[in-house]
Amino acid sequence: MIPVSVTRDDVAHVAKLARLAMSEQELDQMHGYFEAILEHFAKLAAVDTEGVEPTSHPLARANVTREDRVTEPMDRTKLLANAPLADGECFLVPQIMEDE
Amino acid sequence: MADDIGLLNRPAHELAALIRSGEISAVAVTEASLARIEALNPTVKAFLTVTPDLALEAAKATDDALARGEELGPLAGVPIAIKDNLCVDGVLCTCASKILDGYRAVYDATVVERVKAVGMPIVGKTNLDEFAMGSSTENSAFFVTHNPWDLSKVPGGSSGGSAAAVAARMAPLALGSDTGGSIRQPASFCGITGLKPTYGRVSRYGLVGYGSSLDQVGALAADCVDAALLTAVIAGQDPRDTTSADVPVPDYVGELTGDVTGLRVGIVRELMGEGIDPEVRESVLTVARALEGMGASTGEASIPHIDYALPVYYLIGPAEASSNLARFDGMRYGHRTKERAADHIEMYSRTRAEGFGPEVKRRIMTGTYALSAGYYDAYYLKAQKVRTLLRLDVEAALGQFDVLLSPTTPLTAFGIGELVNDPIAMYMADICTFAANLAGVPGLSVPCGFTKAGLPIGAQFTGRAFEEGTILRVGDAYQRATSHHTSLPDLLGAGG
Repeated sequence: MIPVSVTRDDVAHVAKLARLAMSEQELDQMHGYFEAILEHFAKLAAVDTEGVEPTSHPLARANVTREDRVTEPMDRTKLLANAPLADGECFLVPQIMEDE
Repeated sequence: MADDIGLLNRPAHELAALIRSGEISAVAVTEASLARIEALNPTVKAFLTVTPDLALEAAKATDDALARGEELGPLAGVPIAIKDNLCVDGVLCTCASKILDGYRAVYDATVVERVKAVGMPIVGKTNLDEFAMGSSTENSAFFVTHNPWDLSKVPGGSSGGSAAAVAARMAPLALGSDTGGSIRQPASFCGITGLKPTYGRVSRYGLVGYGSSLDQVGALAADCVDAALLTAVIAGQDPRDTTSADVPVPDYVGELTGDVTGLRVGIVRELMGEGIDPEVRESVLTVARALEGMGASTGEASIPHIDYALPVYYLIGPAEASSNLARFDGMRYGHRTKERAADHIEMYSRTRAEGFGPEVKRRIMTGTYALSAGYYDAYYLKAQKVRTLLRLDVEAALGQFDVLLSPTTPLTAFGIGELVNDPIAMYMADICTFAANLAGVPGLSVPCGFTKAGLPIGAQFTGRAFEEGTILRVGDAYQRATSHHTSLPDLLGAGG
């Protein structure tokens, strides 16, 4: 079954899952958008897909493997140059565990 | 200077021939391209970044190779513009998003490596809808690109910067990416030729991912010969992209015989009726008549499930986008919030809220919703099953016909600001192009006329998987008989 409506609380829950902070006004706007796009999604309910295999990918491919080879790693200085915060050797990220 | 401007109005294959014969240096061609960017980019705003040093160095290398008596490839010395979602080592790669403002690519995309290897100078990175999500390039976080044919109109999108750059001949060629129409639709709006290759034909390594089962890199060009030459450069398997196909790359230019005798052209019934601008429909029918005149046969083709292409695309594309864009968390690169956050989750959420624009948020949200517990079967799985039916429709139509013909877009270029507040109306701009991405087959847009208001109209040829050569041959045959593709915007001045 294709749900045809969504509550503002549902939208707030999805924003949390998507890691997107939203103001009350943004949630209202996003809720309006969801209501509108769901109308289009609901059209799919009319299609008989009994026994139809899903297409996850346009090419029918099995696993692709290659030889394991030692190659040059990317340059650390270059990579760290794009970091919001780094100490020259490592990315610096917020602490996620309490101090002992 | 006047000579230089005339020079750049030539197609890439002619420029390359002049360079090979020594009539003009690659440096002079690149300087002409950079001069035209300087002159026109403040008005058209096609480029986010211009790379004169990189371009001139490559041009000089081509001139030196020629001086040493080396054999030059068919596009050596021809300047190229690159959509800003493709990595060029050491150059800014923003995807027109604030979340990547200031980010410098740390390696070359495979397609970039390949254009460099054949001696093509990269003149800059072009504007796009943020992360390639949009149909007008108005979703760029930085500025709006203007259509060279009418500066009050959008260039289309998402490869709007690349299309405008070629239409204004700031660069003879450009690379774009196409997930639901993002090469073909702006090519149509800007009166140029654009090819979305078969899924797997071109490596996606170094393309910032949007919808990974739909994305494909392709050429924006002045004509089909140039599109064939550039596609030959970028096509082929790449060990760094496991979805690139192990299928030999044919001689695309060799396939441009001009002969379409006996070719069966199917006009897609569902894309010729309601919702299609009558001027566009008439113009596409003239393409059918022209091909008949050259010995092709035409008939009515049908893609019965095409009405479902929009909901299928807006479920699958955003679902894949929500997963691809999860990597932008402000930890290793890109924007990180300056606000104090209670924990890392809040830091991610604020970083992403500040970094992404409204359309990207809409797609991340719908994608997350479609993949979330309880909705996966109803939305994502259902969309994948309808995708199968659409794919089978396209395959059946291409069993009956060699190529399918339709408009590239239902309407011609719309006004800047006209649809920005109605995202779903904007989505309709791509209703003719979704099917090729969902089915994984190649699609080509060629200019086929102008509206009374002087805006370009595009015709779309859709072909069988890995048969880019066939649609290019039809497009080229049409261009040999017509001159729409050689028309230039007034912006370039008379007599160019």
